[in-house]
Amino acid sequence: MNDLAIETSGLVKTFGTTRAVDGVDLAIARGGVHAVLGPNGAGKTTVMRVLATLTRPDAGTARVLGRDVVSDSKEVRRRVSLTGQFASLDEDLTGRDNLRLIGRLFGYSGRGARSRAEELLDAFSLTDAGDKQVKKYSGGMRRRLDIAASIVVTPELLFLDEPTTGLDPRSRNEVWDIVRAMVSGGTTVLLTTQYLEEADQLADRITVIDRGRVIAEGTSAELKASVGSGTLVVRVMDRADRPAAREVLGRELGVEVREEIDPSALTANVAGSAGVTRALTALEDAGIILAQFSLGQPTLDEVFLSITGHTAEDVEPERGSTEKTSTEEQAA
Amino acid sequence: MSEQTGTGRTTRTETAPTGANTGTPAQQALLAVLVSGERPPAPNALSTSITFGHRALLKIRHVPEQLFDVTLFPIIMTLLFTFIFGGALAGSVEDYIQFFMPGVIVQSVVMITMYTGTTIRNDIEKGVFDRFRSLPIWRPSALVGMLLGDTVRFLIASAVMVGVGLLLGWRPQGGPVGVMLGILVVLLFSFSIGWIWTFIALLMRSSGAVMGVSMMVLMPLTFASNIFVSPTTLPGWLEAFVGVNPLSHVVTSARELMGGAELGSSFLIVLLWSAGFVLVFGPLTMWRYRDAR
Repeated sequence: MNDLAIETSGLVKTFGTTRAVDGVDLAIARGGVHAVLGPNGAGKTTVMRVLATLTRPDAGTARVLGRDVVSDSKEVRRRVSLTGQFASLDEDLTGRDNLRLIGRLFGYSGRGARSRAEELLDAFSLTDAGDKQVKKYSGGMRRRLDIAASIVVTPELLFLDEPTTGLDPRSRNEVWDIVRAMVSGGTTVLLTTQYLEEADQLADRITVIDRGRVIAEGTSAELKASVGSGTLVVRVMDRADRPAAREVLGRELGVEVREEIDPSALTANVAGSAGVTRALTALEDAGIILAQFSLGQPTLDEVFLSITGHTAEDVEPERGSTEKTSTEEQAA
Repeated sequence: MSEQTGTGRTTRTETAPTGANTGTPAQQALLAVLVSGERPPAPNALSTSITFGHRALLKIRHVPEQLFDVTLFPIIMTLLFTFIFGGALAGSVEDYIQFFMPGVIVQSVVMITMYTGTTIRNDIEKGVFDRFRSLPIWRPSALVGMLLGDTVRFLIASAVMVGVGLLLGWRPQGGPVGVMLGILVVLLFSFSIGWIWTFIALLMRSSGAVMGVSMMVLMPLTFASNIFVSPTTLPGWLEAFVGVNPLSHVVTSARELMGGAELGSSFLIVLLWSAGFVLVFGPLTMWRYRDAR
């Protein structure tokens, strides 16, 4: 036994000639939220489907909560729950019927399944929508019901495949709150996302996947630190001051200062905040008035760019078209 | 959103902004349901299969249009063939229907079994099968349950056709018991060939393709059989095919039972075919089901 929630070694899954997962090694501890971050088609969903025993790997091994996903798949299924990318619900049935159905399948008696369904509807604020067909639910309601269906029996490990894709910000925040509550209840959550902000907000650790391979792993802060610096942005009040400001900043910071397309803006990569205050004071002493300045940590976008050589957005289509692309990934 | 009137929801909207700490009422409610999510004893294979059968019936309640294929289609089949062939083949509609009725019941029900495949294909595409397949239950139960639910639909179709037949002057000599036993044979056979369609549904990537293949298999089987005419009128090679066609044996058994005649060897042959279909296509289906997508 070990205390890892997920452990994979050399995991490969091919669809035709496409290597959707191309040698993935993961070691994910129990507890907390772990995010698998990557653009569409990176292989996130396929990794998750292998881990949830929904598809079998072509090569490599995967152990979930200490059990092999191929040889001991039933034990894995006893301990995990999956909320798929598309609502894994029967759209023709009502929300209440869906939860009762799952309850019965977990072995609840008719009455037990009914009262469990009521508890869940209440906790997920769906009581009033309980008798509506799921196909009439909004995206946020559907997602909440989907998660409710995943915890009819509390899993040790919950897989959430792109839980907020296509949701409005409000529904997204609700899902985030649910995830945080589950983690505080002791469930380990593995979620895939293509939104850097989501991984940043929710996850204790992040695995970055691109083209079927793991390209980075660590906490959000570690990943940002791996880029090595933050960015200082300065905008001068009077455009004519920009060359002078550039010279002062370059001298004080000792790094290259770039002129941006914005005719009043300058940016510089800095190692920390130490030299920045001195540089800003030097600007004031030189009589250069600033309209604005900011010092930011690198965003995960910049992290992604620095690791992969392309930004996540390069390959990420609009939110609205993500479903289509993912279907293509699966059909490939 | 108009649905936001539940007590849980009200607290949530008031107190759960982004990044809320654990401990808001909404989160406490969530924690409470997580803690109460105790695992009941694992259900057995029969119970989960029946639950899935129940799901199929619930769908009929919510989408009653699904019943068209088990009501209108059989009625049209009966009327159409009785009146087209009745006069030509047996001299009168009343005479023909005595011969034809058990056969057209078999034909209609067997044709309806095709929908099993397309239904599964649609379920897989919508993602609900991912949920079923990730549950710790006897894996075939989702499919067995679906076929059980369909058996109820086949029963409805059979009952409708018996009613139409009686109205048209069918007078089965086997009486109600004989008719019911005959229908049971049809249902047994239909459940068994359902496994062919489940396999095809997991093999093909679209419900249109599933439908196409099913039609290709069923059309020759239903027409090159003893449903419409006695095989003695056919050329020798076709008569030989009709003789080995499992559907002919289903029809013969149904005729014997509904007609009050002695049950011959056909019944045994039907049992063997049915067992064969389940034993071959059941495992094939489950083999594809492991990676269903």
